[in-house]
Amino acid sequence: MIEIKNLKKSFGDKTILTDVNLTLGTGKCNLIIGSSGSGKTVLMKCLVGLFEPDSGQVLYDGISLTEISVDERKQLRQKIGMLFQGSALFDSMTVEQNIKFSLDMFTRMRHLEKIKKVNEVLDRVNLKDSNKKFPSEISGGMKKRVGIARAIVLNPQYLFCDEPNSGLDPQTSLVIDKLIQDITLEYKITTVINTHDMNSVMEIGDHIIYMFQGKKQWEGNKEEIIYSKDEKLNQFIFASDFLQDAKNMRMIEDKALEKK
Amino acid sequence: MTFFTKFGEYLLMLKGMFTRPENARMYWKEFMHQCVEIGIGSLPIVIIISLFLGAVTTVQTAYQLVSPLVPQATIAQIVRDSVILELSPTVLSIVLAGVVGSKIASELGNMRISEQIDALEIMGINTKAYLVFPKIMAALLMVPCLIVLSAVLAIWGGRMAGAFSGILATDIYDVGLRQNFSPYNVFFALTKGYTFAFIISSVPAYYGYNVSGGALEIGRSSTKSVVVSCILILVADYALAAILL
Repeated sequence: MIEIKNLKKSFGDKTILTDVNLTLGTGKCNLIIGSSGSGKTVLMKCLVGLFEPDSGQVLYDGISLTEISVDERKQLRQKIGMLFQGSALFDSMTVEQNIKFSLDMFTRMRHLEKIKKVNEVLDRVNLKDSNKKFPSEISGGMKKRVGIARAIVLNPQYLFCDEPNSGLDPQTSLVIDKLIQDITLEYKITTVINTHDMNSVMEIGDHIIYMFQGKKQWEGNKEEIIYSKDEKLNQFIFASDFLQDAKNMRMIEDKALEKK
Repeated sequence: MTFFTKFGEYLLMLKGMFTRPENARMYWKEFMHQCVEIGIGSLPIVIIISLFLGAVTTVQTAYQLVSPLVPQATIAQIVRDSVILELSPTVLSIVLAGVVGSKIASELGNMRISEQIDALEIMGINTKAYLVFPKIMAALLMVPCLIVLSAVLAIWGGRMAGAFSGILATDIYDVGLRQNFSPYNVFFALTKGYTFAFIISSVPAYYGYNVSGGALEIGRSSTKSVVVSCILILVADYALAAILL
């Protein structure tokens, strides 16, 4: 479980995050949504320690990220896996070497054990026969899967995904979403996802946080979000007429069901 | 951003390199990789430049020493001392600032922009120690070796140029090489080599590590790092000459 208490962050005069309070549960897909510039990425970077918050606390199962020593932070980070928006795979390494890197760095496993583990996680993300390929030789969807495989190879307790569906077609997005959800349930980890994609929200959103101008505007689950009365949230999620029509249709259907 | 802020950031980057490595074997592997990149990777350009530096110095020295009172062996002596004292350490370091420095800056810059450095940080790796420290250590090991090699090749290049153009017979050149040789000059050249190696590796590493923006900024920081490195090499060259000679 990750707790965020009174988190504040600003760059110069510009305040990005204001008093953010959140609890992100274990075994759940916690989705942070919001329009561009709402502070989602800064919040995620504060959560993983890439940015130092101006004030407030980030607690990983009770341990404050801001109050521990550098060595303790290193230890904690080994429990964190992260999938970056652009996958952030190491260009000069093959898929296998990318995934094996953290095993080489942090474990004393034998070479064959490492290869076995790499193949296991590649299998888990449905990626076979790509071990010897370089990131430049694989598609965007495959890169995301390698990114997920790299993030879970050390069996993390916390998984962070920054825009996992950006640049992917709807079908591949669905596959990636399902994969993240399955991994969250299988490994019983705390997953935090930054996304714009409303399909993802409706597909895997166990816990949804809507950020608006650096503040938590709304919090709920995928059932509640459809019927939310929050004006700003509705403006965000029903920005397209298509989604608004879909909402109206669903409400009509629900009322019809209620009458029956 | 003021000069002092940047200089402070540079010092903090250097300070941040000194932590206990997460896995010494991986750091050693990265160090060896950088030795190959910096040392072996620069060999072709070092060989070509050194041979021509020596050859041109011989021809131009012979052109200027027209007096019959000056023995021909003096040409070799001048070539030897010019090469050891200035040409090999300084000119070669300026070339290496372009070759090695721009490579370091653009490599780290690309890693920063594509979030690869963030990915390493998230894994719990001290990126300053893992990415910057091996580059500086490899440069400190390889650049003085390249300077020694360059000096040898330049002197040999001068010998061959003298013989081919008929300016100076090889036996006279060899006599000149042995006359009034001061081993202190080699110590001076190596001192310059270590100083320049640190500049060539740490300045581009700073510019690459702290780049922000996109592809354009990587190019800009790479160019800036080469310009700053060259200026610092020349300033250090003068300072070392004033102090040590």
